[in-house]
Amino acid sequence: MIKQFIGWIAGLWAEFVHEFTFVFIEGDRYQHILKGFGNTLKITAGALVFGVVIGIVVAAIRSSYDKNKEAMSMHKGVGYYVLMLLNAFCKFYLTIFRGTPVVVQLLICYFIVFANAKDGVPVAIFAFGINSGAYVAEIFRGGIMSIDAGQFEAGRSLGFNYLQTMRHIIIPQMFKAVLPTLCNEFIALLKETSVAGYVAVVDLTKAGNIIAGRTFSYYMPLLSVALIYLVMVVILTSLVGKLERRLRKSER
Amino acid sequence: MSDNVLIKVSGLKKHYAKAKVKALDGIDCEIRKGEVVVVIGPSGSGKSTFLRSLNLLEIPTEGKIVFDGVDITSSKANINKHRQKMGMVFQHFNLFPHMTILGNLTIAPIKLLGKSKQEAEKKARELLERVGLGDRADAYPGQLSGGQKQRVAIVRALCMEPEVMLFDEPTSALDPEMVGEVLDVMKQLASEGMTMVVVTHEMGFAKEVGTRIVFMDGGVFVEENTPEEFFANPKNPRAVDFLSKVL
Repeated sequence: MIKQFIGWIAGLWAEFVHEFTFVFIEGDRYQHILKGFGNTLKITAGALVFGVVIGIVVAAIRSSYDKNKEAMSMHKGVGYYVLMLLNAFCKFYLTIFRGTPVVVQLLICYFIVFANAKDGVPVAIFAFGINSGAYVAEIFRGGIMSIDAGQFEAGRSLGFNYLQTMRHIIIPQMFKAVLPTLCNEFIALLKETSVAGYVAVVDLTKAGNIIAGRTFSYYMPLLSVALIYLVMVVILTSLVGKLERRLRKSER
Repeated sequence: MSDNVLIKVSGLKKHYAKAKVKALDGIDCEIRKGEVVVVIGPSGSGKSTFLRSLNLLEIPTEGKIVFDGVDITSSKANINKHRQKMGMVFQHFNLFPHMTILGNLTIAPIKLLGKSKQEAEKKARELLERVGLGDRADAYPGQLSGGQKQRVAIVRALCMEPEVMLFDEPTSALDPEMVGEVLDVMKQLASEGMTMVVVTHEMGFAKEVGTRIVFMDGGVFVEENTPEEFFANPKNPRAVDFLSKVL
């Protein structure tokens, strides 16, 4: 009975090794995976940075309009109208980029906006970044609004101007408050990049697909790809968790 | 006399158009250097709105506030510069929870007055020592009691070396046994000659420390007098009524 079981396991293992060798090692097909993994990382990291920058700017404009419109409408200077215009533009941006599917945005970027692009990776970074920026902006804005108004008042009463108050007092607290939601958005972004194959980018998903097409073997390449995504997300989650604990420690 | 007027308020109004509320309905007053003006009155009478208008945390609908000879309600005035000279203490302390006590006390002097870190910390530690919190410099606000937090908040404002201190119900959010420690710090401050405007419900403090009592109701100054006169002999019927309820 036990012998039979061991034999069965050994058989499975041999089959696995054979399949693995055939799918990944022969013809150096693992190179696709490496390249795809690299591109997925590049697109995610690039889009993340781009998105956070857009997010901060848009959230700052939107919340500064909300907080200052009373004070500024008193004198109705040029600044008031500039801020009003910027705010309207940001609202428009949020509507467009949260209102259409990211694949469609990606295709529009690649085939229309950057029709001459030879490499899809920068285009994908741009498209995913600008899309993610819309979500990050609203996460940040929610975070800013969740900070007690007294914190703003305390900052302003000491003589900090609006931007200094944001930078030294509100943003550090906001960041801590939104970290879990932000982590969620990063995970979503990482997985969303799996549609980059639409614009001729060999990302992780596309790599798995290519290998599957060449070998007519599906479960090994696709399950491997799924596993790699999973490991990336788990690592990302635990890193954010560590950061969160470290930030929280400062308060107790 | 008029050359030591620190704040001159004229025709100050604050209307909320939507709610049709007149929080402030035409206030004129002068606050001179070294005065301790105590503002009292029933809730909703506009005390806090008045105080918060003085450093423009509340934007007045009409009227002028001249601080140190400068009209701070004018669009040309740099309000941030003037606020540095007007310390404010809030009912709910509003300490910055993500910084240590020392961080709370030194951030504004370092970033706004251009002090070095050592210089700002030295001054902060000195003042902390004086309010009896010398050993809490490295704690976070979340680790302090309410009374301790409010004393730190007072020190935070003092670190900017203000010319006037505005207190917005500084003891109203405190447990009763902590009120005394905060009032003691304020008394000490007054005795050192600090100009103070205090909105409070502490009548004992008003009597003892105030140099002038202002009684507000319906967004206007209904009565103004010395504490002795006001408490012994209130003239306005609403003030009489108010005092009969709180004393």
